[in-house]
Amino acid sequence: MSDRIVLDTAERILADLCPPEVVNDAENGVWPAALWAALEESGLTLAWVGEELGGGGAEVGDGFDILKAAGAWAVPAPLAETLLAGWLLEQGGLAAPGGAMTVAPVGAADNVELAVGMLSGTARQVPFARNAGHIALLAAGRILLVEQASCALVPGTSLAGEARDQITFDGVRPLRSAPAPEGLDRDRLALVGAAVRSAQMAGALSRLLDQSVQYAQEREQFGRPIGRFQAVQHALADLAGEAAAAEAAADAAGEAVAAGDFGPAGIAAIAAAKTRAGEAASKGAAIAHQVHGAMGFTYEHSLHHRTRRLWCWRDEFGNERFWSVRLGRLIAAEGADALWPFLTGSHAA
Amino acid sequence: MTGDRFRFPKVEFGSEEQALREEIRDFIREEKASGGFTPMADSWGSGWSPEWSRKMGGRGWLGMMWPKQYGGGEKPALHRYIVTEEMVSAGAPCAAHWVADRQSGPLLLRYGTEEQRTSILSRIAAGECYFAIGMSEPDSGSDLASVRTTATKVDGGWTINGRKIWSSGAHRSHYMIALVRTAPRDMKARHAGLTQFLIDLKSPGIEIRGIRNIAGESHFNETVFDDAFVPDDMAVGEVGDGWRQVTSELAIERSGPERFLSTFPVLTELVRELGPEPGERDAETVGALAARSMALRRMSLGISRLLDEGEAPEVAAALVKDLGTRFEGDLVREARNLLPATAASQSPDLYGKVLADGVLHVPSSTIRGGTNEVLKGIVARELGLR
Repeated sequence: MSDRIVLDTAERILADLCPPEVVNDAENGVWPAALWAALEESGLTLAWVGEELGGGGAEVGDGFDILKAAGAWAVPAPLAETLLAGWLLEQGGLAAPGGAMTVAPVGAADNVELAVGMLSGTARQVPFARNAGHIALLAAGRILLVEQASCALVPGTSLAGEARDQITFDGVRPLRSAPAPEGLDRDRLALVGAAVRSAQMAGALSRLLDQSVQYAQEREQFGRPIGRFQAVQHALADLAGEAAAAEAAADAAGEAVAAGDFGPAGIAAIAAAKTRAGEAASKGAAIAHQVHGAMGFTYEHSLHHRTRRLWCWRDEFGNERFWSVRLGRLIAAEGADALWPFLTGSHAA
Repeated sequence: MTGDRFRFPKVEFGSEEQALREEIRDFIREEKASGGFTPMADSWGSGWSPEWSRKMGGRGWLGMMWPKQYGGGEKPALHRYIVTEEMVSAGAPCAAHWVADRQSGPLLLRYGTEEQRTSILSRIAAGECYFAIGMSEPDSGSDLASVRTTATKVDGGWTINGRKIWSSGAHRSHYMIALVRTAPRDMKARHAGLTQFLIDLKSPGIEIRGIRNIAGESHFNETVFDDAFVPDDMAVGEVGDGWRQVTSELAIERSGPERFLSTFPVLTELVRELGPEPGERDAETVGALAARSMALRRMSLGISRLLDEGEAPEVAAALVKDLGTRFEGDLVREARNLLPATAASQSPDLYGKVLADGVLHVPSSTIRGGTNEVLKGIVARELGLR
């Protein structure tokens, strides 16, 4: 499903402009301006917005490849969120503004209301809100575009040191507004968000494997690289398995979103992906840290750029428990004799 | 991405594949309803039923990929994949033909003589001819290259001496393909001097002794060769080329659906027991197990496609078998603790029975076909660590 050019462009930009220093600086409040400008200029940030609405008009599947690359490079900017915001605006036929965007509300308990053209309510832990010029909002059955500067913002941070801010929309008038199409509700936004985070986790795990293998080849103890020890080899083989399983699951979820399948099969693929990638994030990060020893526990080493993001992403848009319960209930409703047909009818295949 | 190292391409099914799947499901449904089989875990390893194998052969579901002149169906590997995953997930008794259909037939097709192909393949495809694997020996398990069974050249053929072990179903099989030493061991070239022979198990000089397993079944064997004569034309492929041939079998042997679905009937019956409105913890466990099976299936299918494209993704296959067989065990462990059921082979309810099958057979999942420790070593080598 992938257009190699989109992925190659993303990889090239990230390799050039997203080194560990940029990730560290971003955590200390320095906006990665050169990186963002290059991403925007190449059209990657609005890949999920049609050309007629000011976007790049890429295939949805290509967007998921971009997300895997973004996860691999620990992009410290709202690339995933801008893609997701673009997707939401596109659903409402709203033109996308330039610049960074984010999406709200993301927490299941948060609600934003719309009455006589004015918003009210608070959304918590909105990713990169302070860095976003605009917020794409799903509220009161409508898709809305809001200027961030007109909202009240209380800063917060994720485990990875990325912005997760609280936004209060009281009295704010949306810039653009359109009714949400049939079926596009908070649940669907969570489904797409879960697929997005799954892809980022798959990418991060893949790079975590590379990084850990490289470290095991270089670090010597007892007169040989630690990667020569069977215990370490087996741990890294397990990490390879987790990374591969997460990617397989995430790809299936991406395909469900790309196909616009939000029926039981699509929900199953996405629920399975967030569950499996979240599980792989926990296991994989633990293995990577164990292999890196004390060195990987230092802020100086870049291992935490991926492990802390994995720990953050596994929680967001529903954790493993949330999605596995959902999948388990879907299966129970179908019944035992439909179990195998149900699993094979999904985008797992 | 990991795809750079381990590629699992996406597989899409067309209408022909869907029709095949429906045909198999109808067959399984009817057989189950009429008492043709009772679902079991490890059905491809333990469910020995020549009757079932002949039924499958009659429907064209064995030797599916082989040329028509040898009784095959000239279908893509994906069709065989569908047949095997439908059978294993349903817990249908496929052990009799399993080895012959999965690896012995393809090996003969690739390396065998015309005479071997003509005389044997169509019988395998009909579900009438069964094979045992002759790889492990009492002193050669994970370290397969250390096999000591010898073939000594004599007039018109070879005499075989030594012992093969864990040969599943050898006592009920027609042939064994045995990996034996045709040249003395050379520590500098450990993989040289090995040859595969097609051995008629009714030949004089062969004794097959059953070994009872922990499930109480006489399922695998020790096969003893005492000056057993094998004619020249029963060598498979080139003399001395056995190692390469054996390893080429492994990607097929290790990546199939039987490497993660052996205990799937336990999940099916668990879902039945839990009913339409399970508690939160039950739903969570079922969902998490389903999620793992879905990812594994995608990987396993990806390898099937690579095999179709002529690749031999041995490392990816090792990775899938390691993950998949551990999943088989986890499924049983997690399922059993959700309900107050007692696993028992004689259990009146199906859940207790498949759970017992699962508990008793799971220890072999992570050993047969290459222990998980060996598999992790293969993955580690690919990662550049060995």
